[in-house]
Amino acid sequence: MQWPVIALTQVDEYAVTLDQVRHDNAALRQARLVDAEQAQRLEILEAENQYLRKLLETKRMLGARVQPATILYSARDPFNRRVILDRGADQGVIEGQPVVDDQGVVGQVTRVAPDYAEVTLLTDRNQSIPAQVVRNGLRTVVFGTGDGRLEMRYMSSNADVQVGDWVVTSGIDGVYPRGLRVGKVESLESDPNGIFSKFILTPAAGMGRYGEVLLLEPITLPTDRPASLDRPADQATGATMSKKKRKAQ
Amino acid sequence: MQIDFQSSRLLRPARPGFIRLTLVLAFFLNLLPTSFWPWFPDWVALVIVFWSVRSPLVVGTGTAFVLGILMDVVDGSLMGQHALAYVLMSYASRVMAHRILWLPLKQQLMNILPIIFIGACLQVLVRWFAGDELASVWYFLQPMVTALLWAPATYLLMLPQFLSNDRDYERPI
Repeated sequence: MQWPVIALTQVDEYAVTLDQVRHDNAALRQARLVDAEQAQRLEILEAENQYLRKLLETKRMLGARVQPATILYSARDPFNRRVILDRGADQGVIEGQPVVDDQGVVGQVTRVAPDYAEVTLLTDRNQSIPAQVVRNGLRTVVFGTGDGRLEMRYMSSNADVQVGDWVVTSGIDGVYPRGLRVGKVESLESDPNGIFSKFILTPAAGMGRYGEVLLLEPITLPTDRPASLDRPADQATGATMSKKKRKAQ
Repeated sequence: MQIDFQSSRLLRPARPGFIRLTLVLAFFLNLLPTSFWPWFPDWVALVIVFWSVRSPLVVGTGTAFVLGILMDVVDGSLMGQHALAYVLMSYASRVMAHRILWLPLKQQLMNILPIIFIGACLQVLVRWFAGDELASVWYFLQPMVTALLWAPATYLLMLPQFLSNDRDYERPI
């Protein structure tokens, strides 16, 4: 006749297990919260990692003459779109250098200080870039509008451009290398006179999405001058002098 | 404390060295990268307007012009944009100084607000004529905040003048 004892131990065991389970449950819940937080951070890190990998790939594709840079902040002047990079003249940055990210052209270096550089974004109202429609090679110039989009102005009304066409740099300006993505044609705005049409583009590069960009070397340096101009002045006048002398003799 | 002419307390004269120091400090505050806060006040405008009202012999349109040109250079904005606005703000405050200083602080603020607001609008207008984009609506918060700072600036910038000649060490000021 031991059933009361057995029953009691069983009840006791049941209660203890229940308590244990409750404890474990609370602990696990807490652990899960911590894990979730870490998982979220992992997600962000993964996205950033992917972006940096793409940037690295872009660097490999464009050749070795590129320089990575970080966007520090956007310029104080509220009337245009410029950002400040953490590389400057001390790191070999020069005015006119194109700036790209993994998706396309971001803008151009417009001012250089010893340890920072100012980049005017493509979407700035005063910025323009020579471009080309990928589908048929039609050459044009793309302008910034100031409201985060780009436009192709004064296209003839029968120009062969369709919504969804990709527009890339044409490379004829000697600054931007050929074939970098500029934007995608989003819509067409007709002129009421019917002479010209205007195409609105969405920029390809993620303007201000990530903080890392690449500085490219311009195809030809903007400070390059024709060799004839670099001849020293006295030498040039000397040549004419000798001619005159020869004539006099 | 005396903040207008209705008080009979005598003030010490403002020291030119202190005035120049505040101008330099305001200039450095303006150099901070604050483009994410469009409401961040224009400290140089505030200090120029303040001293143009209080000490027009030390700070006038000439100082405003030099500081404006310096602001244009560091901002990379249109050359002369800040200079024009600051010179006009300084001139307007100097002309209105005789009236402003007779008013209590709240009414002083109401006189300062249009001066600073018109200065900011002028910069928008100049940039618009030059072909730049218009600033966002938030830009117009900046002159408001700048003008609101008139009250604290009055007490802060005049602290050295509140010191009395016979220093009583039982009294803080």
